[in-house]
Amino acid sequence: MSTTTERPAPAVTPAPAARPAKHRPRGESSPLSKALSHGVLILASLIALFPIGWILFVSLGPDKNDYLHPGDIFGKLTLSNYQHVLGDTDFFTWFGNSLLVAGVTTVFGVLLAATAGYAVSRMRFPGHKPLMWSLLVTQMFPIAVLIVPMYTMLSALDLLDSYAGLILVYSTTTVPYCAWLMKGYFDTIPVEIDEAGRVDGLSPFGTFWRLVLPLARPGLAVAAFYSFLTYWAEVPFASTFMLSSDKYTLAVGLQSFVSEHDAQWNLMAATAVLIAIPSAAFFYLVQRHLVTGLTAGASKS
Amino acid sequence: MSVAVQGATGKGSRERDQRPGPLERLKRSYAKHWYAYAMTAPVVVVLGALVFYPLVEGIWLTLTDANSLNVARKIGVNEIPASYQYIGFHNYADILWGPGSYDRFWSHFVWTIAWTVICVSLHYTLGLGLAVLLNKKLRGRAAYRMLLILPWAVPTFVTVFSWRLMLSDGGVVNTVLSALHLPEPGWLTDPWAQKAAAILVNTWAGVPFMMISLLGGLQSIPAELYEAAEMDGATRWQQFRHITLPGLRTVSSTVVLLGVIWTFNQFNVIFLLFGKGAPDAQLLVTWAYRLGFGQIPRDYAGSAAYGVILLSILIVFTAFYRRWLARNEQANG
Repeated sequence: MSTTTERPAPAVTPAPAARPAKHRPRGESSPLSKALSHGVLILASLIALFPIGWILFVSLGPDKNDYLHPGDIFGKLTLSNYQHVLGDTDFFTWFGNSLLVAGVTTVFGVLLAATAGYAVSRMRFPGHKPLMWSLLVTQMFPIAVLIVPMYTMLSALDLLDSYAGLILVYSTTTVPYCAWLMKGYFDTIPVEIDEAGRVDGLSPFGTFWRLVLPLARPGLAVAAFYSFLTYWAEVPFASTFMLSSDKYTLAVGLQSFVSEHDAQWNLMAATAVLIAIPSAAFFYLVQRHLVTGLTAGASKS
Repeated sequence: MSVAVQGATGKGSRERDQRPGPLERLKRSYAKHWYAYAMTAPVVVVLGALVFYPLVEGIWLTLTDANSLNVARKIGVNEIPASYQYIGFHNYADILWGPGSYDRFWSHFVWTIAWTVICVSLHYTLGLGLAVLLNKKLRGRAAYRMLLILPWAVPTFVTVFSWRLMLSDGGVVNTVLSALHLPEPGWLTDPWAQKAAAILVNTWAGVPFMMISLLGGLQSIPAELYEAAEMDGATRWQQFRHITLPGLRTVSSTVVLLGVIWTFNQFNVIFLLFGKGAPDAQLLVTWAYRLGFGQIPRDYAGSAAYGVILLSILIVFTAFYRRWLARNEQANG
């Protein structure tokens, strides 16, 4: 993009002090390339934002076919969809169920992932390699191969249509990636910290719990966000395992709601916006940790 | 590197001074492994009980003719025992070269491969491009970063639903296209347009993860390398080619592998975008789910056989990929 602008003229003398005054320090780019970068980033941001803004906009139109005539919505902006969803449906039941399942899965999964990640990061033990390998392979399991045996297993254990069953199923699918992520993050924390803790008489568990875990907060935040996001509005497992309507999670409840009301897209849109609010709030809390937290998991494999 | 941590498991300083005998070494090794095992045990138990056991069970199912009419089930108070039987590799043979296997398997297989290659390439190139831009010293960088992550931070369920409204006949995308006098494909009804729509939505949803991971990778490349290169008169492109790309190698190899695995098994986008329609745009994984749960009688054995085939493809791919990485590593020093 800015290949030619930065090339130092070959005639310039090697001494840095003698460089022409207009030479820009590294990392600064010419106004043209700066403008181009801003242009591309603004365009990309618009593309990223548009579908989210769109659903917010559609959710304010009162009729089910308003999404086809978006221009008309301006004339009749209303919160009636939200009123209907919050007042006349089981929204709060579904919301509570989702919050319970996603919340417990997140806490449980992140704890499991953190202990395993710490062990794999700090200790070399027989079975170390196979464990890392199976954490990777587990992510490859397509749901189709697991969902049937899980279904029969849960029904044998009487866990079908129960929160505990869904939580267990969910944990298995996030824990491998989170453990992988946490292992990468722990690798970036100096071992000297553990050693200092051990010198002060802490047990390995104590070192982990009191010293390393607080330092790993960015990694933990990202792992928690990832689990929460994955399961907050998960569809296939929830719709297969949760059978009675008082146990429906948001995504399942919403689907039953479409057939029931003959595809009332405006209500769907309002519910979708309501679903997005908690995850957006969570995202806002963790977003400054995202870059460090995610990459640590990827850079050390 | 971590020997000092593990060695000091609450033993007296007297013992630490002398060279330990074999028994002592064994004990010490047991002590250190004991902690490791205790910390990994929960994960191993959970994965073993909830992943490997169902996997073994699933593989067994593929060798039978199980469907929803002959598995063990409860109707009211009556327990009906399972009545399916072992039929060997018949399911696999039927899927791979039985009658109609092209429509049932190979067309989905080709589409799944094309989908994975196209999506991961788009994710990676777009993600890398945006990461490079975000790594520049620009005003408002933090704001751009936050906006660009949003597609990842909002549940797929919500964003795919929004795309569905936008892409429907008479939706906003086609309205814009008609205003520009461009053709208006039936994004959710025409087989080829369905595939394009699926790729579009998945690319939109998948770029932020790549972007953030690669941005972290870019930030970990020491600035001195670029300074030295600049002193030597390297162009921007040369810097990118010989510093940025090699510096990203470890991050890239991991995110590309994860990207391939996740894209190959991508369920949500297709399932939520097309619902029960679009038989041509079904990936192997959604097709398998449809066999197992979207029809009556539910074909459990067939669905699981698809799953095992999918898993085998990914394992073979990963093995080759890692070998290729290792060879590359050696070649590049």
